[in-house]
Amino acid sequence: MNLRRFFLIAVPYLWLGALFLVPFVIVLKIALSDIALSIPPYTPQLDLSAGWEGVRSFFADLDFENFTFLTTDDLYWKAYLSSLQIALISTFVTLLVGYPMAYGMARAASEWRPTLLMLVILPFWTSFLIRIYAWMGILSNEGLLNQFLLWTGLISEPLTILNTNLAVYIGIVYAYLPFMILPIYAALEKMDDSLLEAAEDLGCSRVTAFWLVTIPLSKSGIIAGCFLVFIPAIGEFVIPSLLGGSGTLMIGKVLWEEFFSNRDWPVASAVAIILLLILIIPIILFQRNEQKQREAEG
Amino acid sequence: MKTSLLSFTAVLALTAAAAHAEEVRVYNWSDYIDESLLEKFEAETGIDLIYDVFDSNEVLETKMLAGGSGYDVVVPTGSFLQRQITAGAFQKLDPEQLPNLKNMWDVIQKRTAEFDPDNAYSINYMWGTTGMGVNLAKVQEALGEDAPIDSLDLVFKPENMKKLAACGVYFLDAPTEVIPAALKFIGEDPDSKDADVIAKTEPVLKAIRPYISKFNSSEYINALANGDICVAFGWSGDILQARDRAAEANNGVEIAFNAPKEGALMWFDQMAIPVDAPNPTGAHKFLNFIMDAQNMAAASNYVYYANGNKASQEFLNEDVIGDTAIYPDAAALDNLYTFSPYDPKLQRIVTRMWTGIKSGV
Repeated sequence: MNLRRFFLIAVPYLWLGALFLVPFVIVLKIALSDIALSIPPYTPQLDLSAGWEGVRSFFADLDFENFTFLTTDDLYWKAYLSSLQIALISTFVTLLVGYPMAYGMARAASEWRPTLLMLVILPFWTSFLIRIYAWMGILSNEGLLNQFLLWTGLISEPLTILNTNLAVYIGIVYAYLPFMILPIYAALEKMDDSLLEAAEDLGCSRVTAFWLVTIPLSKSGIIAGCFLVFIPAIGEFVIPSLLGGSGTLMIGKVLWEEFFSNRDWPVASAVAIILLLILIIPIILFQRNEQKQREAEG
Repeated sequence: MKTSLLSFTAVLALTAAAAHAEEVRVYNWSDYIDESLLEKFEAETGIDLIYDVFDSNEVLETKMLAGGSGYDVVVPTGSFLQRQITAGAFQKLDPEQLPNLKNMWDVIQKRTAEFDPDNAYSINYMWGTTGMGVNLAKVQEALGEDAPIDSLDLVFKPENMKKLAACGVYFLDAPTEVIPAALKFIGEDPDSKDADVIAKTEPVLKAIRPYISKFNSSEYINALANGDICVAFGWSGDILQARDRAAEANNGVEIAFNAPKEGALMWFDQMAIPVDAPNPTGAHKFLNFIMDAQNMAAASNYVYYANGNKASQEFLNEDVIGDTAIYPDAAALDNLYTFSPYDPKLQRIVTRMWTGIKSGV
């Protein structure tokens, strides 16, 4: 029969089940539990030795208390909103910086392109953590940037950049730039140059042709790049904790505090699940929209 | 320092993989040991030592409560140790395997027994106080010759902090260190477990919050030594390490540590063996090695913290045993207070308040 096809379809589902669904159910289970001073620090534990009774009392002890708790304190909503804001702004800035770079790469002579591509990927050869530490050295009050600006005479007092939100934006834009450049480059590289010639023949200026032809044709790359930057940026923990100040409020840090400072795994899990819902809804909406468009075109 | 430690761990991990010999895994605070001691332990016992570091009790506690950390020796602070013992995270020590217990100092043993009755689960590694590290020149430039560098006024009075903000102030990111000090500053019991009394520190801390550039529990050593900041509210030995790094770098930065004269928090870092340690025998060997008088002295001489080992005192350098910032005299010792853990409900209130202070929400 169609065994081959069955296995081909089963692989991605197994992948999704093992790497997404199972961890999700575990986290959800913890989110419905209560904090306890034990190993692990929550209750109830599933006691299989008690048989069916054990399973029943286990499910009876689960509740949504932790989710209602999140609504009682405005800290969580403010942290979600602030993370959304930081992720949106840095995605936008990454696009502004990344698009011209991808465009330049796609327009470069073809023998140069592998080298340019290599240069974009090169930073990944160094640990992410070390690159963020390097930014601490660049942005600090006694750092390279301030020393350079003082030397040029542009400023007379060192600028405080490290430990502010500005440093977080710089860090995110820097760290995620390749994720923006690569999909846009892939889309632009495939583009047929004769389309631009046709547009110009039909009376478009070069700028109008760029807006009417190049941008729409690279739309898929732009959208993919934006998602690749936005999704990890919203839950980012390392960059705000190393470059950001104590005033930088992001959900990743709130999660850390619930988990480590309060030792409240159930509330931390509830925070994580809501973050996931916040991310999943726009992705589903986006995909539906894409599908509708395709159907309309088809 | 950190990178050298990391590479050192990596080398140890590699040799361990090559030899498949017996292993002991130790999880200790960052910048907290003379690394030559680690090599000495390996040479003496033939056991491979895997040495990892952390910089907050919270990280350690989460690993302990998750279980299966894989470590044989960990070093929680007293109040955290007490809670983890209740949770069943540690195993009782076997005195038979620890002949060097005779070296321990009864004065400290008595104090640590408040957290660990009969010292059944832990031995003292280091102890110290929490206080103010200052860059003398910069602080005197900001506040004048008679700057209150040995008083809580320095860091809790907004008018002082306002002047210090320009040269940079770091605070420990540990509510269990800062809130007791703030309580002391307003004349309340620093070990208070009354939510209303603790709430009184919120306006005090919020008033100075705008002048604090960062809450962090490890970066201040380098920041002080490099001259990036002029005041750190931190742990005694860390600040003294910063003093020495600055002196070694010869960069003109002069650092001083003072415990607040109003009374300082005294804390104890205790070595304990997790209940699920893979190699408890090796862990006992490591504890016994650390309790050796000369080894313990070498560690203290290196990190500038006092230890709970009486026998080690004759091997201590004069700038350690003779420094009252490290080994306070008897009168100053009476002025030190200790701190016991919060229950989960109060912990949540304190963490929430702390988040509010740090982020303004």
